[in-house]
Amino acid sequence: MVMTSNMKKIIADAQPMGWILEPRAKELLTERGLGIPRAMVTDSLDTAQKFLAANAGPVVIKAVSADIVHKTEHQAVVTGIRDPDILAQHMERLLSLKGCSQVLVEEMVSGIEILVGAKNDTQFGPVVVLGPGGTGVELYNDTAIRMAPVNPADVYSMVDSLGAKPVFHGFRGRPGVNMEALVHLLVTFSGLIMDLEPFFESIDLNPVICTSDHCVVADARIMLLPLPE
Amino acid sequence: MDLSRLFRPSSMAVIGVSTSHDSHPANVIYNKNHLRYPVQTFAVNPKGGRLNREPLYRSVADIEISVDLAVIAVRARFVPDVVSQCIDKGIKGAVIISGGFAESGSRDLQQQVTEMAEKAAFPFVGPNCLGIYSPDAVDTFFLPGERIINPKKGNIGFVSQSGGVLVDQMVKFAGEGIGVSSAVSIGNKACLRETDMIDWFEQDLATRVIAFYIEGFDCREGRDFIKRAETCSKPIVVLKAGKTARGSAAASSHTASMAGDYRVFSQIMQQHCVAEADTEYELTSFCEALSCYPKGILGNVGIVSVSGGHGVVAADACGHHGLDIPKIASSTADAIRTRLSPEIREIAALENPLDLTGSCVDADILTSVRHLSRDRNLDCILALLLPYSPGISADIGAKLSQVARNEGKPLIAYVPKEDKYKIITEGFELNRIPVASSVEGAVLMAKALKRCRPW
Repeated sequence: MVMTSNMKKIIADAQPMGWILEPRAKELLTERGLGIPRAMVTDSLDTAQKFLAANAGPVVIKAVSADIVHKTEHQAVVTGIRDPDILAQHMERLLSLKGCSQVLVEEMVSGIEILVGAKNDTQFGPVVVLGPGGTGVELYNDTAIRMAPVNPADVYSMVDSLGAKPVFHGFRGRPGVNMEALVHLLVTFSGLIMDLEPFFESIDLNPVICTSDHCVVADARIMLLPLPE
Repeated sequence: MDLSRLFRPSSMAVIGVSTSHDSHPANVIYNKNHLRYPVQTFAVNPKGGRLNREPLYRSVADIEISVDLAVIAVRARFVPDVVSQCIDKGIKGAVIISGGFAESGSRDLQQQVTEMAEKAAFPFVGPNCLGIYSPDAVDTFFLPGERIINPKKGNIGFVSQSGGVLVDQMVKFAGEGIGVSSAVSIGNKACLRETDMIDWFEQDLATRVIAFYIEGFDCREGRDFIKRAETCSKPIVVLKAGKTARGSAAASSHTASMAGDYRVFSQIMQQHCVAEADTEYELTSFCEALSCYPKGILGNVGIVSVSGGHGVVAADACGHHGLDIPKIASSTADAIRTRLSPEIREIAALENPLDLTGSCVDADILTSVRHLSRDRNLDCILALLLPYSPGISADIGAKLSQVARNEGKPLIAYVPKEDKYKIITEGFELNRIPVASSVEGAVLMAKALKRCRPW
């Protein structure tokens, strides 16, 4: 597939920084039809509170800062906000973080957390990674890796090879992941990373929130390769 | 690229033969080929003169006839000149034994040779390698014949980034009675690489399985390898080294290759149906199994044994290696039970794994394998044969092979490796039924089939 001019612009804008900020990374993903939560980027409390009021459930707010690559480590994410005063309080704090002039306000989605990632491997080129999401990823090393692009059968075999496979299929009465949606996500994503091969070093979509009917990319970080000299 | 003159040359020049140093690699190579292989061999040294009453040519240009293969064993800095002379002479390709290239930092020198060769469409193996061993054709290994153990002529094409590992693996192949069509150490692979070896061995009629020892790939080379492997009509087995951080650092100084992220390597091999052997021992088992059965299985194993204990050991090993031991159909058990000899009809356990007991005879084993082969729940049969049992005859190998060939389902046998049971082993092997010398080995053979593509 071709890269749209907007995709090229998102990458070019981020080159000096070395990575793509979450809102722009998500914008790039939506260009290929991947689902993301409803969201807005703002520095105005008033606008953020209006978004909360119009939203049916709780919202999440995240600092948008070129200086914060790992948001959790800086407490730069606040989930489950329902109250406008609490929103105000956290928004003020986030805006005081280093390099943060705007926040991302997003509808909070819930479901099974999974990790979808990509790595530009020296020997094999772009590879796709799938695993249970959250912060335990590095701890349990429960990931499936395939060379991109992947086909639907690859996606099924990836899920099958995971220790967390029961979670994907529905564990202890909880609904599982919609496999068609997951297949669509991974097949599309693996095609995208083939196109991004000259530019990216690694991509983390963690978490992707999956339910029994869809998959939504709740966080995205794209690390870029250094520009050739 | 036609590599037949490299792998089966009718004439060769060995360049760098010493007049004073008998154990120089070039002298070893010259001597063994000149004396023991059906290839016309010429020794080359710029000094000229004679060596052991044979002429020593000053240059390949002086050789009167056309030459298929050049074996180059001169110092690295002289290699470009020698290659250029070989190209001028119209030699069909070379093995460059010499070290002192990319592996020790001289990337430019290596690049210079690669570019010359590419321009002239002059294929070469190496540098920094042992080169090619083709049984009954040619042997460029600089190891004296009396010191190495060569496997017999067979159907495994073996490719290694390391010469040492290649020789060691050849000893293991020889020990297990596995033969090679050719074994090649590709060293720094500055010209001929793994993908070229797949090209060659795929069209080589003598080869049934292609096996690789890989330390690492260059930038994006892993992707090329996988893409080529995926379309190859013959099974491919790999043994990877450099799986740990320390191992991969060692690989980089050994053959100048990047060992990379092992988990990525391993999972991608599996994704594309390349069978990855975990150890040298597995590699041997995989090669033997896949040379008999190139098609893959899902891994539903039926086990027949004359000892309950062996069935248990095999079942454990299957569990460990990700193979299933499904229940057999009741119709299968019934069909077997009614045909068993009266002595064991009541005592044989016909649950998978089947225990026919030490009182069974050949016919009971044949019956069991025949009907297990017809059971749709199974796609591979292991027969654990203990020839100590009095009812088992020396003909069991040949007889059981006929049953397996007739039924068309993969059969793998375990027979203890003892000289006195050789007649049984040969009864299987001559009918191309793989035989393992341990229960674990038999299970590994089934695992090889599972790792192969399922069609």
